[in-house]
Amino acid sequence: MDIKSPFTTPASGRSIPVTPAPVGPTLIDIDHVDFFYGASQALHDINLKIEEKKVTAFIGPSGCGKSTLLRCLNRMNDLIDGTRVANGQIKIRGIDIYDRSVDVIELRKRVGMVFQKSNPFPKSIYENITYGLRLQGRSSKSDLDAVVEKSLRGAALWDEVKDRLHTSGLGLSGGQQQRLCIARAIAVEPEVILMDEPCSALDPIATVKVEELIQELRTKFTIVIVTHNMQQAARCSDKTAFFYMGKLIEFADTRAIFMNPANAQTEAYVSGRFG
Amino acid sequence: MSPSTRHEFQSPPSAARRWESAALWLFRIATYVILICGAGVFGNIVVKGSKTVFTSTAPFINVAFFTEAPESLYVFEYQGQKREMGDREFRAFKTTHPEAKDIKAESYVYSAGGIFPCIVGTVLLVLGSMMIALTLGVSAAVYLSEYAKQGRAVTLIRLAILNLAGVPSIVFGLFGLGLFVIYLDWNVSLLAGWFTLAFMVLPVVITASEESLKAVPKGFREGSLALGATKWQTIRKNVLPYALPGILTSSILGIARVAGETAPIMFTAAYVVRDKLPWEGLTSVSDFFFQGVMALPYHIYVVSSKIPQNEYTERVQYGTAFVFLVIVALIATCSIVMRNKLRNRYKW
Ligand SMILES: Nc1ncnc2c1ncn2[C@@H]1O[C@H](COP(=O)(O)OP(=O)(O)O)[C@@H](O)[C@H]1O
Ligand SMILES: [Mg+2]
Repeated sequence: MDIKSPFTTPASGRSIPVTPAPVGPTLIDIDHVDFFYGASQALHDINLKIEEKKVTAFIGPSGCGKSTLLRCLNRMNDLIDGTRVANGQIKIRGIDIYDRSVDVIELRKRVGMVFQKSNPFPKSIYENITYGLRLQGRSSKSDLDAVVEKSLRGAALWDEVKDRLHTSGLGLSGGQQQRLCIARAIAVEPEVILMDEPCSALDPIATVKVEELIQELRTKFTIVIVTHNMQQAARCSDKTAFFYMGKLIEFADTRAIFMNPANAQTEAYVSGRFG
Repeated sequence: MSPSTRHEFQSPPSAARRWESAALWLFRIATYVILICGAGVFGNIVVKGSKTVFTSTAPFINVAFFTEAPESLYVFEYQGQKREMGDREFRAFKTTHPEAKDIKAESYVYSAGGIFPCIVGTVLLVLGSMMIALTLGVSAAVYLSEYAKQGRAVTLIRLAILNLAGVPSIVFGLFGLGLFVIYLDWNVSLLAGWFTLAFMVLPVVITASEESLKAVPKGFREGSLALGATKWQTIRKNVLPYALPGILTSSILGIARVAGETAPIMFTAAYVVRDKLPWEGLTSVSDFFFQGVMALPYHIYVVSSKIPQNEYTERVQYGTAFVFLVIVALIATCSIVMRNKLRNRYKW
């Protein structure tokens, strides 16, 4: 373990909810989830309710399981051999997404994802945006044109690229590429957008743009964002969950987490004393 | 610099330094030996072959050599003059010159005419086996690297495939003979040759395809799946197109090499001689697949070792070898040009 913890693990090892009553309706209900990579357990008994049309941030030192939990929400972990949700359930609008009746394709249309390393496809900007729509069989040009404009506007990229929609998405700057990936994700109109450290590879100016974008997106989407940058969590999230070594230590309003953490570990982390 | 003015950066003579120059010369000489041998082989074929392929008068290319079938060469003396004629020409000559009817001529088998049927046969063999090898090989590679659960079984299969690449071509020939020609009763046929050649090149195709697939960033797959694509949609739209340049280049180069093998086709597809071209005299479509063909490598083998050697056979041997070299070089060049084109289109 590369983290020098000034703490012993809390005796119970359980999450300690200090949340005031949730304000919005719950969209994603993570209920006593244990997660394994083969034999090694990455998540221990996670309990978390993610509210609709809110930005929820996952923070914590690297390796604590933020990405793992995020990737459970659209079942991206299915791609890794030997992974399993051993106990507990993850429900979206009351439906257990690991249930056998759930079609993972349908799930991923509803729960979009933006990756840490921006991954525009080596296609034109236009084709990047329409990729998900064409998968669904939508091919009318006027329809696609409209979605492209709407998504690019939604991702605050339209003005920058409207004259070169048919040039490669790889010709964009790093920050633009990441916003292109966001535009690509919102083009299929998901309910939830998962973002795994979307700014970690971006310079400060590009980071600000993405953060502003997140502020705009929160009105339409439920956003879950993983970040190792605490200022970022403080700036753009409504709720914050702090993880440590595969456990959810504290989950509360962002303000509470940063101003008045209930847990000593959380306090140590947000005040920069470890992690 | 004279020894009297030694300075501090001058090297003292030492064993390490002597080894250094010995090693350098060893490597240098090895390289030159290879170069000279290579140049010798190519030069020999090109010089002797071009005597057959090119002519000193317009159109400067021996068109007949490319467009006619092999014939016997007749050499005879007529009115005190030495004449050389191909079979058909000789027969025509005898009808127009009745006095030459009983003339005594020495005949040299396959030494006149051209190699058109061999070129056609080789092209057909290459195209067919390439299609089969690409279909089977790319599918297997996609399965192995995209679908199959990585583990001991897959590792074993990969090992087996790699070993297949080391199997001598004559063994593939016998395998084709046993399975396709005899057991499946396809006889000596294009189809049997296609499959035999395809199986022989499969290890190259599968290995190259797997490598090319692996070179496609994981982000393309994840990005696509996260948008609600199925695995196959992801592979077809966002993985295979980017792997294709690598797959095609290596596979085509592999095919070009395998097409030069005589052993796999001599039992399965090649005829010493065949009068009809592959599209002549077919009564049904299936006839096309179940006919044997002439092929360049086998023709070289036949004219170099199966017929009496003399000054006239050399002409065909070197001519055929030269044409064959050019064809293989053309295929290789095409595949590389195509790769570069595709690369520019699918760059990331
Ligand atoms: N593909 C994997 N296979 C095995 N273990 C993994 C894999 N990915 C992550 N882990 C382990 O799971 C734990 C949590 O990782 P992760 O969720 O990536 O952390 P974070 O995103 O918070 O930095 C780490 O201990 C890590 O080593
Ligand atoms: Mg992570």
